[in-house]
Amino acid sequence: METYYHPHDLAKFADMGKANKELWEKFSAYYAAVFAEGTLTEREKALIALGVAHAVQCPYCIDAYTQACLEKGSNVEEMTEAVHVACAIRGGASLVHGVQMRNIAEKLSM
Amino acid sequence: MGLTVIRWTNPLTAASDQLRILDSSVGHPRFEEKLAAAGLLPLHATGISVFQINVGKLCNQTCHHCHVDAGPSRREIMTRETAEACIRALAQTDIPTVDITGGAPELNPHFRWLTEQARALGRHVMDRCNLTVLLLPGQTGVAEFLALHRVEIIASLPYFRGAQTDAQRGDGVFDKSIEALHRLNALGYGKEGSGLLLNLVYNPVGAFLPPKQAAIEAQFKRELSRRHGIDFNRLYTITNMPISRFLDFLLESGNYAGYMQRLANAFNPAAAENVMCRNTISIGWDGRLYDCDFNQMLEISTDQGAPAHVRDFDFAALARRRIVTGNHCYGCTAGAGSSCGGAIA
Repeated sequence: METYYHPHDLAKFADMGKANKELWEKFSAYYAAVFAEGTLTEREKALIALGVAHAVQCPYCIDAYTQACLEKGSNVEEMTEAVHVACAIRGGASLVHGVQMRNIAEKLSM
Repeated sequence: MGLTVIRWTNPLTAASDQLRILDSSVGHPRFEEKLAAAGLLPLHATGISVFQINVGKLCNQTCHHCHVDAGPSRREIMTRETAEACIRALAQTDIPTVDITGGAPELNPHFRWLTEQARALGRHVMDRCNLTVLLLPGQTGVAEFLALHRVEIIASLPYFRGAQTDAQRGDGVFDKSIEALHRLNALGYGKEGSGLLLNLVYNPVGAFLPPKQAAIEAQFKRELSRRHGIDFNRLYTITNMPISRFLDFLLESGNYAGYMQRLANAFNPAAAENVMCRNTISIGWDGRLYDCDFNQMLEISTDQGAPAHVRDFDFAALARRRIVTGNHCYGCTAGAGSSCGGAIA
């Protein structure tokens, strides 16, 4: 079945360097530095990335960071909590805009 | 309890069928091409520092990832005669370490004799223990025996939580493993200053690579201490090999191609240079010689020109033998590498 997303396309990510090598290399170096062990561990960073992947709903990122989390020693319970963090922030972001709705409704209403 | 591959008349029972699957590429280069690019083909032994004896396939567990296809129904077990041939071969050499594996090695009736003889020769002895075997009624005193003979214990524990451990090793295995670890700790195993080494083995519970050894070791130490009050010395990360029951899992779950590509993409020349087969000789339950326990299960014996049975053991010839490789070897060279002693790069 034809779909916009193909799992094997994830392996073609580096093709983005073909038309602009310099920017790709800068991005790659930055990306590698971000995910390297720092004040946060590689495992913690992978869990954050998994949560963000769900927030931005990127299937490639979900695929990659599910595997990365398992390979950094996280378990499905921890990964599920990371997804719930993303869900709570996304849901909360919608809900908090209800304040804006209320402000406008209040202004318009008698 | 699960069935062994051999019991469910699975086509993977035959090593030749496993090799046929492994030999056909799923989009990755042949292992030998990677080895050649790293300047390591042909791969030769650099010596022998580990004398690894597989005393048989009998085990009280039937783990889903087992490359031996071990289990309670297996009858392949080393005889006293072959065990004596092992000790005669060992005595001709200065090989410092004897690594006893299985199955569950303790279930071999000659396990204690073999251990005593190797220790009497002044060799360091390692027992690859599944932990639950220590609780079996017929194994009373085996933990004390191991402590008395200062045997290093390498114990399988794929995760510090029950769900993951039981998913790989069978229902109830985690709780029994924790009980066995408490028993070993009480004997001094894993305790600082005791000299009784208790090292754990992490295997991924699925089709993915292990974490960095130091990182997951720190996590295991923290969690096993906090949750269960357990101490241990080191944690070894070992990659699951695409052989036997794990190969069956990969094929059945549709993960085979992805896993092989993952292993091949993660090929690490530094790990390839330090693969354990270069300083190990593996002896099968029937005395046949192999480059490693994995080649043993695939029935790939030592290369022509080197002795093929322990009764013909020739240290000089075996210490420089050519090692037989195949695509399954990607399992030992991926990422930080994998060996019976954990990461190698």
